[in-house]
Amino acid sequence: MSEFVFLYRGGEAGRSPEQMQQMMQKWMAWLKGMGEKGHIKDQGQPLERGGKLVKGKQKTVTDGPFAEAKDIVGGYTLIEARDLEQAVELSKGCPILEVEGAVEVRPVMKMSM
Amino acid sequence: MEPSDHLFRREAGRMVSTLTRIFGIHNLALAEDVVQDAFCRALEVWKFRGVPENPSAWLMATAKNRALDVLRRERTARTFAPELGRLLQSEWTLVPAVEELFGASAIKDDQLRMMFSCCHPRLPEEAQVALVLHILCGFTVNEVANAFVSGQAAIEKRISRAKKVLAGSKKLFDVAAAADFSRRLPAVRRALYLLFNEGYHGASPESAVRTDLCREAMRLVALLLEHPLGATPATFALAALMCLHAARLPGRLDAAGNLSSLFDQDRSRWDRKLVTEGERLLDRSATGNELTEYHVEAGIALVHATAARTDETDWAQIVSLYDKLIAIRPSPVVALNRAIAVAQLEGPERGLEEIHAIADQDRLAAYPFYSAALGELELRKGRPKIAYEHFQTALGLARNGMERQFLERRLAACQG
Repeated sequence: MSEFVFLYRGGEAGRSPEQMQQMMQKWMAWLKGMGEKGHIKDQGQPLERGGKLVKGKQKTVTDGPFAEAKDIVGGYTLIEARDLEQAVELSKGCPILEVEGAVEVRPVMKMSM
Repeated sequence: MEPSDHLFRREAGRMVSTLTRIFGIHNLALAEDVVQDAFCRALEVWKFRGVPENPSAWLMATAKNRALDVLRRERTARTFAPELGRLLQSEWTLVPAVEELFGASAIKDDQLRMMFSCCHPRLPEEAQVALVLHILCGFTVNEVANAFVSGQAAIEKRISRAKKVLAGSKKLFDVAAAADFSRRLPAVRRALYLLFNEGYHGASPESAVRTDLCREAMRLVALLLEHPLGATPATFALAALMCLHAARLPGRLDAAGNLSSLFDQDRSRWDRKLVTEGERLLDRSATGNELTEYHVEAGIALVHATAARTDETDWAQIVSLYDKLIAIRPSPVVALNRAIAVAQLEGPERGLEEIHAIADQDRLAAYPFYSAALGELELRKGRPKIAYEHFQTALGLARNGMERQFLERRLAACQG
């Protein structure tokens, strides 16, 4: 088994309370489903949209956001999968894809050479 | 833990009411933004960490914190609720004041305040209902349009106009002013009645939408009953009427999902608990000396709900109740329903006479169940050809697929 990080980018929550609740329930069902199949190493955390950017030798500190809304990382999950292909398959169930968001699937580098 | 159905929608009404109380009615849009923010946060956090023990409290606390941010940030740029002005200006009083405004009993009153504000006398009834559904029940413009089977553009216009009137009313309705409360109470009841009716008789084909509307109306009327000035006999009667009608909702569609008329419904599917609750509420409405349309309509619903079969229904009682209803609130639809009851009591010929005698029956011309009633009685008279024509007319007026299928089955019955 290999580890992968899912980075959730962008995604419009929807305007109506009812839609937002449905979106949340879809997420919970998706994460639960992956957990039951043993694919979740760490459910991960949501990230605030704002923050600070510290940069360069001067260590200049600027305010976020760090990207356009559609590219901002809103959270991450640590996944276990056989290979990149399977991890990508898993990511296709993510509800963020229904609302113009994206999942970035990144293999965690292995210690072994 | 799974969040309960429609949690967000319900909480939207509570939060926006309380926030508007603090920000002032002219800042309704700002309150709506804060609510939207709170939902975004809930969505982000809950999807990873699960739904908290008390989701309503979590949402309210989030809204409160955002409200404090907004109040601090915009205190110089905006004016908030004028009656709270000084409390919100000083950092010393801001937090305790906002804490108190987010207390449980305050929140309940806020919803009433908003309900009464939405029933502003300058707004036409249909705008009041749309506004209640939008602001207090958390339906988006699109969802309101679906519920009313109306164009989105039309509903959008109706709601934005209504919001302008609301914002221009300068302050929220004061529920502590007893005389004003009692004066506006009938309009509030009427709006809730229309909201319920839209669910019960409305044209939306989707049964889920209908049940939602009925449930929302019942939730709001319960809120009204909790207020000492709101709990009048007429309000009890309205609540009874809603329970007794809602009890029959599960029977309106048969096992195959087809619309079923009162005469053919499987009465074992009616909700007995709601019937009992309706009876209890109707008992409580029987004080004082005012007989409202809600009393009479609840009375009619009770006769239906407690009859085991169509032919065991006390039709004489129903006709006499319709007579009373016509005296209180005459309308061609009520007259049509009365005529149908007369037909049950005295035969189809008498029913037809009564229908033809309806004073302003031209107002029924676009109502599919007017022609359908004529067809039904003609069919019972043994004149299937004439009946067929009436059902044809009704079919042309049907508002959704379910009504169409129902009428097609009646057309088939004329040929059988």
